[in-house]
Amino acid sequence: MNIFIILGMGAAVGFLSGMFGVGGGFLITPLLIFYNIPPIVAVATGANQVVASSISGAITHFRRGSLDIKLGTVLLVGGLLGATAGIWLFALLRRLGQLDLVISLLYVVLLGVVGVLMLFESVNALRRAAKNQPVNLRKPGHHNWVHGLPLKMRFKKSKIYLSVIPVVVLGFAIGVLTSIMGVGGGFIMVPAMIYLLRIPTNVVVGTSLFQIIFVTAYTTVMQAATNNSVDIVLAFILMVAGVIGAQYGVRVGQRLRGEQLRALLALLVLAVGLRLAVDLVVTPEDFYSIVSAGTGR
Amino acid sequence: MMRLARTLLAALALASAAPVLAQEDKRPEITERLEIGISTDEIAISSDFRGADLTIFGAIEGYDPNLLAQRKYDIVVALEGPKDDLTVRRKERVLGIWVNRRSMTFELAPESYSLSSTRNVDDIAPAAVLNSIGVGLQHIRLDPIGYIGDGSNISEFRDAFRRLKETGGFYQRDPGGVQFISASLFKATVRLPANVPNGTHVVRAHLFRDGVFISEKALPLRVVKTGLEQMISNAAYANPVSYGILAVILAALTGWIASIVFRKD
Repeated sequence: MNIFIILGMGAAVGFLSGMFGVGGGFLITPLLIFYNIPPIVAVATGANQVVASSISGAITHFRRGSLDIKLGTVLLVGGLLGATAGIWLFALLRRLGQLDLVISLLYVVLLGVVGVLMLFESVNALRRAAKNQPVNLRKPGHHNWVHGLPLKMRFKKSKIYLSVIPVVVLGFAIGVLTSIMGVGGGFIMVPAMIYLLRIPTNVVVGTSLFQIIFVTAYTTVMQAATNNSVDIVLAFILMVAGVIGAQYGVRVGQRLRGEQLRALLALLVLAVGLRLAVDLVVTPEDFYSIVSAGTGR
Repeated sequence: MMRLARTLLAALALASAAPVLAQEDKRPEITERLEIGISTDEIAISSDFRGADLTIFGAIEGYDPNLLAQRKYDIVVALEGPKDDLTVRRKERVLGIWVNRRSMTFELAPESYSLSSTRNVDDIAPAAVLNSIGVGLQHIRLDPIGYIGDGSNISEFRDAFRRLKETGGFYQRDPGGVQFISASLFKATVRLPANVPNGTHVVRAHLFRDGVFISEKALPLRVVKTGLEQMISNAAYANPVSYGILAVILAALTGWIASIVFRKD
């Protein structure tokens, strides 16, 4: 393992995450897999790295008070349950020898869907901008089926009266993704909170970061305890390079236009997903592999 | 040095002479025994280890001088790594993607195996003899556990196992690695691979007389990896929960310090 390649990887992903305002976990884990780090280590180490990259962002939101602690706690309850289920599933898939495959497949599906959606959205926005059409924003407070669910709770900070069921389910789904894929899951949680739960945008990022920090921290400890798969040195190099890279990314990002940025990120996401898909389809050099049960350790 | 070794071995021979004599009436044909010695029972390996040779000295005792002169004695020395249940998996194409489908687990197979002998092991003794004592890369004991169906694919998985172990450098052989340095004193060289597994290895020496297995002698050898890398890895296994908590604290500190250093307001 070359320390400079790892540093470069961390800095590049940090730069991108600063530029696009994303956590970067969904890029770090595939990159580590491309660098022949075992997927089981890449996922656990990725989750650890997300703790560091989310905290500096979250501190800013805590200071400004732009988060809903009550909503975040409900999300977190779902997240911790989801992460626990995910860790269990992770260990089961490992025993069955299907872990690497499932991680790759999930990444191909997730990166493919997110990449295509982002690309369409940003291309449409670019077209609108070219024709000088006003952006067609959906009205907040507009209700959908989610708001007809029972067990409603009042979230004062968000000024919303909402059933806890969709919140816990969303948190749970993100928790599963965190433990199996090593991502924070912000890139799914933020759009879901805005478009599905209709939570005001000003608290969405801070609240999702609140959930992400605790779920990724919990996942890191659980991965270390059950699979011994956290590489503390690898994670530390990645997070130091990442937080520095992010600072430069933010500066560059402020100078570029949002739609172009999102189109670029979409292409990058699609490229990473495509590479993983190719690796699944190409005939392997060797059909056989050996794994040890680990009882001798 | 050589003389010292010889006196030592002579002393060993004297000490073990009595029981050998006592048995002589019942089984007069088997009197030969092996004695082996290594300079240490523990090897420390640093992170820049690139592989090394381990030399084992030994002697045949109670040998028949005529047979020795005719070179009828053969010695095979194996360094067996720590044992574990090892699973071989085979990928197959399912709906266009490569998926691990079939697998077979071998019970307590050595992680590494380095063989050294006076000549090619398959020329020393018949395959049946080698199989029964598990000596030789092709004869090592690989017993499948769990459901194996009709067992028709055992040899396929055994072959794949041995091939992967050999290409990975974990299993190796040296058919000229054992040399006689005097009439009955020999020297065996076994290779420690660069990625030698941590744990208790066993040096196992086998004596053959004219294709017949006569006696065996084993010595344990502990391989201990040293250095920061290994310390961290050991901690991950010894105290997994504290290790995980430490990883989170480290991440939290990194994020927090970054937010102070790069604070804009």
